[in-house]
Amino acid sequence: MTAHAKFPSPYDLKTPVGAEGWEKLYPYYLQFQNSLRDKEDGKFWFCDSQHWPSPFKPFDAVTVEFAVKCLGQYNTRHYLIPPANGVEYRIHNGYCYMSPVAVAPELIGDRVPHFMERAGYYFQNWDRLLANWDKKVRANIADLEALSFEPLPDAVPLDWITGGVGLDNTYALTETYDRAIQLLYKTWQYHFEFLNLGYAAYLDFFSFMKGQFPTIPDQAIAKMVQGVEVDLFRPDDELKKLAKLAVKLGIASALKSGSVDEALAAVSRAPNGAEWLKAWKEAQDPWFNFTSGNGFYSTDKYWIEHLDIPLGYIRDYIVRLERGEEIDRPTEAIARERDRITSEYAEMLDADARAAFEGKLGLARTVFPYVENHNFYIEHWSMSVFWRKMRELGAIFRDAGFWKDADDLFYLNRQEVRDALFDYGNGWAVGAPAIGPTYWPPEIERRKKIMAALATTPPQPALNNPPDVITEPFTIMLWGITTESIGRWLDGAANTTKLSGMAASPGIVEGRARVVRSADELGQIEQGEILVAPVTAPSWAPIFGKINAIVTDIGGMMSHAAIVCREYGLPAVTGTGRASSSIKNGQMLRVNGSTGEVTILS
Amino acid sequence: MGANAAASFIVPFEAACADDFPRIGGKCASLARMIAQGVRVPQGFAVTTDAYALHLRSNGLAATISERLARIVLDDVDDEERLSHEIRDAIVAQPMPAAVEQSIREAYRRMSPDGQLPVAVRSSATAEDLPDASFAGQQDTYLWVVGEDVVVEKVKACWASLFNARAISYRAENGLGQIDVLMSVGVQKMVNASAAGVAMTLDPINGDRTKIVIDSAFGLGEPVVSGEITPDNFVVEKVLLQVIKQRISEKDFELVADRAARRTVERVIAPERRTLPSLTNAQVLAVARLAKSLERSMGCPQDVEWAIDADLPEDDNLVALQSRPETVWSQKKKQTTAVYETGIAGVLGTLLAPIQAKR
Repeated sequence: MTAHAKFPSPYDLKTPVGAEGWEKLYPYYLQFQNSLRDKEDGKFWFCDSQHWPSPFKPFDAVTVEFAVKCLGQYNTRHYLIPPANGVEYRIHNGYCYMSPVAVAPELIGDRVPHFMERAGYYFQNWDRLLANWDKKVRANIADLEALSFEPLPDAVPLDWITGGVGLDNTYALTETYDRAIQLLYKTWQYHFEFLNLGYAAYLDFFSFMKGQFPTIPDQAIAKMVQGVEVDLFRPDDELKKLAKLAVKLGIASALKSGSVDEALAAVSRAPNGAEWLKAWKEAQDPWFNFTSGNGFYSTDKYWIEHLDIPLGYIRDYIVRLERGEEIDRPTEAIARERDRITSEYAEMLDADARAAFEGKLGLARTVFPYVENHNFYIEHWSMSVFWRKMRELGAIFRDAGFWKDADDLFYLNRQEVRDALFDYGNGWAVGAPAIGPTYWPPEIERRKKIMAALATTPPQPALNNPPDVITEPFTIMLWGITTESIGRWLDGAANTTKLSGMAASPGIVEGRARVVRSADELGQIEQGEILVAPVTAPSWAPIFGKINAIVTDIGGMMSHAAIVCREYGLPAVTGTGRASSSIKNGQMLRVNGSTGEVTILS
Repeated sequence: MGANAAASFIVPFEAACADDFPRIGGKCASLARMIAQGVRVPQGFAVTTDAYALHLRSNGLAATISERLARIVLDDVDDEERLSHEIRDAIVAQPMPAAVEQSIREAYRRMSPDGQLPVAVRSSATAEDLPDASFAGQQDTYLWVVGEDVVVEKVKACWASLFNARAISYRAENGLGQIDVLMSVGVQKMVNASAAGVAMTLDPINGDRTKIVIDSAFGLGEPVVSGEITPDNFVVEKVLLQVIKQRISEKDFELVADRAARRTVERVIAPERRTLPSLTNAQVLAVARLAKSLERSMGCPQDVEWAIDADLPEDDNLVALQSRPETVWSQKKKQTTAVYETGIAGVLGTLLAPIQAKR
């Protein structure tokens, strides 16, 4: 990195042609304000394309708002993490940029006793508090599930009259919407209750190991704390079980062709079919509340609403079973390997470091299951229910003539949805047409064009001047952004045939590139290809049987892609900054997951 | 010596037990130990220190040597070199005791009924391979020795090399004694090496025990050990067994067998082959696994010489030539005793000074 190297200012970035007016789609507080230019340009911002790789529809911005706000509150107000407050975030040209907020050095000391007391309490009572978390989150999901949006009737029900209720149906509709948003807010508060502490304890172990063995691969440290039975892998495991059951019951051929309905009908006609259908039904709750995306987009397709996705994976597994392949994750081998790695490093430690190793490893292993598992409960299960409920509301608007598709709701931001609800109820109450059916269709069309235009331009990896050295712990832990990775982004543009990133999962392979920018393109992947993506979601696991390696733009050792690749034994290079924009479909690549190098061969 | 003399002069590697180790020297003992642990080692036998001792006792040879040694002025290089030469000439000129010679000839014939098996004849000193006496390679090694007459001759040459000037000085400086230092000689089947080299189970640059560092070149390993060529260098992460760094160098010659001439020759490597890696990735990992298992069974970091034997089946052709304790880093004492915080205090420390700041 040269002394003059810097990233562009957001104020100097051009709006993509056709995206003019995008600013109005998002709340004022998510934008770089002209009046604050000096202050905003004095901060370093990195693009979080790890979680939000494509431009936000207006409604979807709620995910970044709630997630990053709640992340911040736990640092700043719950645990008083001494050196770190939260993370500022802005949306620019449809992508979000983050800037962590450090605590002024003179204030750090005062926070230490509070941190020790508060975070200390969580660490000491981790298992009990986590059991409580599990209850809270399941109750929250049940509350979300119980929400019901009802279209407005011709008249208020008679028993509301005779019961003297004194309210109309719009009241419940608005209340249910507000409650949905509040439950979503709660979801994201819970998400961060344990996450920051979990990562901090992991980082402590990580940092200790790096101190002992300066060149120890990050993945070796990760392997020592990784769980074997992980809820995040359950959905995929359920599909494997269903595939094996289908083969065992002799109904594999009935499952293999036709639409979902046709296949299930064929199964129901088969002897033993009922047994398989029962298992298929049972697996769905909760394990099909699982998305091929990452939960942050209304466009994410959840299995439970798109049964063709899990059925497609089951069909792939059946084919592999019939070829005699082993499809189970080798959990015993993974556990043995974890023990072997742990004991071999332990043996190389000096005697005085052994006790610290045991202590830090113990804490890291206590906290790590949360880091791995929360993803299923929040991003998959909770978000599955939330998006489904919002689509139900979108359908009510659709039926009331506000727009053509239920999903058009997501072209409104969350405040506008409330306005539209009032408009809908207002017209209904007044007995005159609502304005929305006239106002929204052309407006949604206009917004769709803006979204399409935003998507044509990839985000900047970062904005403004990077600091000389990244020391902010959450930038490193949660985003895997280091002084080195920023240097690579800056130097990157120069080298056109070589990319480097994090050596996230070992092994060397060569193969053809398949660039996938969203989950919808997963179907294009062919056997033996190398998946190149801005970021991958763990739920892409079922396609891992087809591909030979993964290269991502962003993500660290603990990114979902890295965790899953190590589980599946696939080489992976993460955090290249630009793989998905500089590699073209069909190019031959060599991926070295042990050194973090990706070479474009032709 | 008595009726059982032959047994005392020769110990086949595979038959050596711990009691024999003092009599067969460090190098041969290490080979015997490796065999006992199931490591593939080229076959061979040790000519014990008893054989050397008997040679010294014959015809007053020991007295001749002691007399020359007494005259050596250590700082006078020319004088030392001259007297060293006289000692070595005396050792070689002296006929080997018949019982010793007979034992060596028989042992060689057992390995090679047709008498044509090429062997390496190496010194196996009793002090050389001790962890605190790193003067490896100060005695001679004879490669590609064929026929029992030559074997006998080279055993004597090895004995003589115990008194080369460098070894004499070293022992004097380290108070190791001279005439009372005994030597064993190893006679071992030559490896028809397509590649060979050295593996250390720590990084010799910084003592990092999580690394296995391999130097490798085409042909026999001697040029790698002696530093005559710049070998390929591979760094393997020890626990994950991943090649994390490799530097392929230009190797302009290789030491190979000239079977007809019964010797090794330096053969020029064709330009297009010079910059090819001398080991495949799989072979690098096999060498690393071998070194790692030797470190584990020996209980301390090892310095391993190995070769890929072209005469053996392709997927199982790695042999260990010797393994000895690493001597530099293993003896370093840690400067300070660190204090580590654990639990919440540890987490706090890390948050206040994250890893990036420490690098």
